[in-house]
Amino acid sequence: MFPTPIDKTSRSWQLSYQALLPVALIFWLLPLLAVAVFSIKPDTDFTTGNYWGFPSSFEFVANYGKVFFASDMPRYMLNSLLITVPTMIGCVVLSSMTGFALGVYKFRSNLWIFFMFVAGNFVPFQILMVPVRDLTLDMGLYNTIPGLVLFHIAFQTGFCTLFMRNFIRALPFDLIEVARVEGVAEWRIFWYVVLPLMKPALAAMAVLIFTFIWNDFFWAVVLTQGVESQPVTAGITSFNAQFRAAYHLMSAGSIVAALPPVAMFFLMQKHFIAGLTLGAVK
Amino acid sequence: MSSSTDAPTNSSWYKRNEISVTPWLFLIPGVAFFLLYVIFPIFSSISVSFYDWDGLGDATYVGLGNYEELYWDDAFYTSLRNNLIWLVLYLLAIPAGLFIALFLNQTVTGIRLYKSLFFFPFVISQIVVGLVFTWFYDPTFGLLNQMLGVFGIDPINVLGDEKYVTYGIIAAGLWPQTAYCMILYLTGLNAVDPEQIEAARLDGAKGWRMLWHIIVPQLKPATFIAFVVTIIGALRSFDLISIMTNGGPFGESRVLSFYMFEVALSEYGFRMGYGASIAVVLFLIMLCFIAYFLYSMYQDDKGSR
Repeated sequence: MFPTPIDKTSRSWQLSYQALLPVALIFWLLPLLAVAVFSIKPDTDFTTGNYWGFPSSFEFVANYGKVFFASDMPRYMLNSLLITVPTMIGCVVLSSMTGFALGVYKFRSNLWIFFMFVAGNFVPFQILMVPVRDLTLDMGLYNTIPGLVLFHIAFQTGFCTLFMRNFIRALPFDLIEVARVEGVAEWRIFWYVVLPLMKPALAAMAVLIFTFIWNDFFWAVVLTQGVESQPVTAGITSFNAQFRAAYHLMSAGSIVAALPPVAMFFLMQKHFIAGLTLGAVK
Repeated sequence: MSSSTDAPTNSSWYKRNEISVTPWLFLIPGVAFFLLYVIFPIFSSISVSFYDWDGLGDATYVGLGNYEELYWDDAFYTSLRNNLIWLVLYLLAIPAGLFIALFLNQTVTGIRLYKSLFFFPFVISQIVVGLVFTWFYDPTFGLLNQMLGVFGIDPINVLGDEKYVTYGIIAAGLWPQTAYCMILYLTGLNAVDPEQIEAARLDGAKGWRMLWHIIVPQLKPATFIAFVVTIIGALRSFDLISIMTNGGPFGESRVLSFYMFEVALSEYGFRMGYGASIAVVLFLIMLCFIAYFLYSMYQDDKGSR
């Protein structure tokens, strides 16, 4: 193990390491802690200039209550959910199929199709912006949730295919061979042999897609406009305009907006990390 | 599952060609979707960049007109310069992530929670990161200037000063990106071969020499992914700029992706053609990296099977 395990080092370094950890963490998360403290302060603290001092009173319920009951925040959260979950499902379905096709079969254009997905996934969003916005307008889906979902599914399929294909390639190929010798139909091999083995990869992908899509801002701005379809990342700017200079409410709103992916991460940590490393680093 | 199929002599065309047809059946939905929303739009953007078009009326063919205008456009060069600064400075996330990973690669109680909390900034949306850092930099109450005040330094309006603004935004972007690289290296460090480390220790290697000659080479896969995601992250920077400065002051914090959006879809006008030409330039920059990534993946692939 590198660096040297702490229990094999001197007593003094052990103690200072233990002390250093929380200090480093607080320093690292300082900006976030500030927002968390802001979000439970009363607004008088900001008018009297008590930005960084101890809150003069704790207004957790009042501030978060305002976010949930006196703003469009709940609607934005709902929109985000209605965008994120179908995208997740769509990506999992499409990419388990493409990943299976590219990971199991050998045919001449295999690598080219794979590279098309990978390259497309790395492309800057801006080169897609004008045509995708046009396409969405033409389909009558501009400023609707399905319009955003369809694009997200298509674009994320690139990343997911990369991930699934690599995962399937690492599976023991004998299993598939055995099934073939037994005369099992190919689609049954997919459904009964490969799909059950892909469960961890599917979970990893689902969490990652959830986070990516929940946090998407660019496409939300390009393809949606109003409170009826905008997700929370775009909504928070209008929220902030509504509560301009009300730092306690803006903080509370930001925390609410950021929470779902954080919860997802803490619940599914193992899968999340497996996904981030693209399955390449085990 | 039982073996139900009999000898395949008189079976259907599908049965006989199953192995060669099945992959295509599985590929069609995904590929069709991807072509429609990603691949075709790339080419259609390239073609739009030769037109003058407001997005609604008729488009007029102007040949290389948009590119010629780019050539004389100062804002374009500002954006391009900022893109380069982003690219170079964003790479700092890689060593910074490695450093934190090494710091956290221990087995003391509660270390798992520490690792998760250090990773935290990556999970929250860039919109929130941008907001948080805007307040951090605020000249009247921001924490940064409070701290500078302790040392008797006058407040700096980071986001309002054209000298500092890009660096201020990059620092905000480095925060989540470093967390990402850290997690890549933490997983990578798990896979480092303990025998090699022991052998190197016996040979008297330690500290930096150990890190550089024994550990870093074994972290190559993690470094590759860190490099890929950092480059892409740098060239995609849009959210932070949009939230923190909206391109200002005086357009000094624009990058190509932001400038493109501004030209094509904001109150400054709907110049789709001109916007598309900026996007094409950005795409060409990215293409160099994409080619390199694909080439490395291709080399890997040849080796593996």
